Amino acid sequence: MGSAVTDAHDHGQDRGHHGPAKGLKRWLYATNHKDIGTMYLVFSCSMFFIGGLMALIIRSELFTPGLQFVAPNVFNQMTTMHALIMVFGAVMPAFVGLANWMIPMMIGAPDMALPRMNNWSFWILPVAFGILLSTLLMPGGAPAGGWTMYPPLVLQTGDAFPYLIFSVHLMGLSSIMGAINVIVTIINMRTPEMSLLKMPMFVWTWLITAYLLIAVMPVLAGAVTMLLTDQFFGTSFFLAAGGGDPVMFQHIFWFFGHPEVYIMILPAFGVVSEIIPTFARKPLFGHDSMVYAASSIAFLSFIVWAHHMFTVGMPLTGQLFFMFATMLIAVPTGVKVFNWTATMWKGAMTFETPMLFSLAFLFLFTIGGFSGLMLAVVSSDIQYHDSYFVVAHFHYVLVPGSIFGIMAAVYYWLPKWTGRMYNERLGQVHFWLSAIFVNVTFFPMHFLGLAGMPRRIPDYSTQFADFNSVASIGAIGFGLSQLLFIYIVVQCVRGQGARASAAVWENPKGLEWTVPSPAPYHTFNDPPHVSPGAAFS
Amino acid sequence: MIRRTCLSAAGVLAAGSARADWAINMPRGVTELSAETYDLHMQIFYWCCAIALVVFGAMIWSLVRHRKARGVEPAKFSHSMTAEVIWTVIPIIILLLMAVPAAETLIKLEDGRKPDLTVVVTGYQWKWHYAYQGEDVAFYSTLARESADARRKNSGIDPFAVENYLLDVDKPLVVPKGAKIRILLTSNDVIHSWWVPDLAIKKDAVPGFINETFFRAAEAGVFRGQCAELCGMDHGYMPVVVEVIEPEAFQAWLDTRKNPAAGLASAK
Repeated sequence: MGSAVTDAHDHGQDRGHHGPAKGLKRWLYATNHKDIGTMYLVFSCSMFFIGGLMALIIRSELFTPGLQFVAPNVFNQMTTMHALIMVFGAVMPAFVGLANWMIPMMIGAPDMALPRMNNWSFWILPVAFGILLSTLLMPGGAPAGGWTMYPPLVLQTGDAFPYLIFSVHLMGLSSIMGAINVIVTIINMRTPEMSLLKMPMFVWTWLITAYLLIAVMPVLAGAVTMLLTDQFFGTSFFLAAGGGDPVMFQHIFWFFGHPEVYIMILPAFGVVSEIIPTFARKPLFGHDSMVYAASSIAFLSFIVWAHHMFTVGMPLTGQLFFMFATMLIAVPTGVKVFNWTATMWKGAMTFETPMLFSLAFLFLFTIGGFSGLMLAVVSSDIQYHDSYFVVAHFHYVLVPGSIFGIMAAVYYWLPKWTGRMYNERLGQVHFWLSAIFVNVTFFPMHFLGLAGMPRRIPDYSTQFADFNSVASIGAIGFGLSQLLFIYIVVQCVRGQGARASAAVWENPKGLEWTVPSPAPYHTFNDPPHVSPGAAFS
Repeated sequence: MIRRTCLSAAGVLAAGSARADWAINMPRGVTELSAETYDLHMQIFYWCCAIALVVFGAMIWSLVRHRKARGVEPAKFSHSMTAEVIWTVIPIIILLLMAVPAAETLIKLEDGRKPDLTVVVTGYQWKWHYAYQGEDVAFYSTLARESADARRKNSGIDPFAVENYLLDVDKPLVVPKGAKIRILLTSNDVIHSWWVPDLAIKKDAVPGFINETFFRAAEAGVFRGQCAELCGMDHGYMPVVVEVIEPEAFQAWLDTRKNPAAGLASAK
């Protein structure tokens, strides 16, 4: 009872008397942002491997023409679940984990604004994914209508259907609560000398991401609830026979879906904006411009959704508008790419593992951006839509984009979290294997799409065989390489490796580098001073 | 090795030929609009290549020259309004240069005036139905027997031995060359999509709604495509085959397909 309200005085007297709780209670009842951050990261890593296993099942089946391993409906379950798990279970929770660990330290706050809600934000996720994964064992199998859940097809899902909807609701709740926490923390708990424009880019991109999350996750919730009522309560939102429109679902879904992909990339932009300046030994070029560019991208992301729907039968005016708006996003995105390059320019670079992943991000995300620009042009998109060209595009922006961003962040901040340096040589091996295999896997998919191979098919005509084999080999190589990542992280966590200093790297900017490594359980109980050298504008 | 690389590079610039292994580009197709679509695609692609050359060139230069190992001192600059303006304005100009031909082609693609023949295409799980409007000709088009046998899990039949594996049907859509064909598209169950790369056509078949698309084939031949919207278990097994024949031959073909029962009755 007495500890329900802790004000600064109590906390000051308690300092040093309590560390973390012992055993399972520490994690089940965690309210510490570092512990919750760790749980998010471990959870997302497990989901990454589960989703990766599904990808390997997909790529094994697609290794050669003919059907060898899985029946077509099982294949469709794999493609659907692979995407749901990677998007909602691997990428998003990983960024939330990074946010939890780093935002309070970067703004000089003692913890997140709402620590108990933070606990629920995390613990909802294992429940949600337990439910989702259990659908694999249900009659009718897991959902198999694509992660996009288009009706009427998704209404043909078997017993798994209500569990799919329920787990999506749970994931949404987790994201919304997490986003509220991030916004309230950033707005209210910055150390007084840190004005908004003095915040590091990782904090800025997360602030913007959090607003996107609370804007669009409720829209997804609405869309899937309408699916639920169409299925069980006699409504006809998406059923033409009752006066509804299947295409309306697509509009609502993609109104969520497009900002969602920016939710998945903006934090990576933030990470890369932290790492490149450190290893170029030069300040981030155009900090304010980067903030405005990220904000423009977020704003524009709301008005381009129909570029996922160019073949549904849209009026010409609509197609023209969405084509132009989508092409426009290339401008602020280009500004960011140029600013990162200008940060490198005339710096004095070294190429430790975080920098390697960030540079690969820069190159390969840009390639994904080019295919995105091509997709924006409706006339040619007619040929690309629902083909492997799209699959190539979004895997380039998600894997060397988001995933490499996450890995870069983990390598960058792992010494801060654990107090030990990871094995640099092994890190570089992991990087090169990942970078090479990711291209072997996904670059040929551009060709497959242009040659006419559709998405979401378990078997294909023989002229697509060669590039499919190459892609499958790449996928297996990429998957195996990630085992090395686990080994490197676990070794570091277990205390193998040189002790890390507070600064870890050579003169990095940011409040997180002013606390010891490993970071104490409670940091910044008192707001720190922000020296001019630590300012970011 | 060098020869192969050069040939592949040249291959990028050449249009894909139908059904070639290792194909890396899309086909030019057999309609005026498919050729225009292909040209637009290449134009945007060349723009991307040019931009990539500049941007990646700068990055690589920097990676090589601006490294600590070379003993350089890092510069201190961190902003430039001029640079920001330049690299905002130039991309906007490039986008405008892309947007104009893109819009022109799109407007042409949507011009459905004065069709010569209308075919109502209905998507089913998992086959297509074609009905010639105004003629008494309608039929289902399903995956050809040979492919259907070979596609079974562990069928023991080598897909490479099946001609046009998964791209062959029992009854293709037959249309006359040179005529503007209007396709009215709908579905009987879930959303499907009718895609023929050589005609540069893809349109969703939405249950309860009718979509419209057009083509005018300038060459005779057989053109193959697939369903392009996930529609359930056999989404990969409902190909689209369009056979374009000479106009004179088309009328004869129509007559053979029209109401075969009438043919039987008159034979009595």
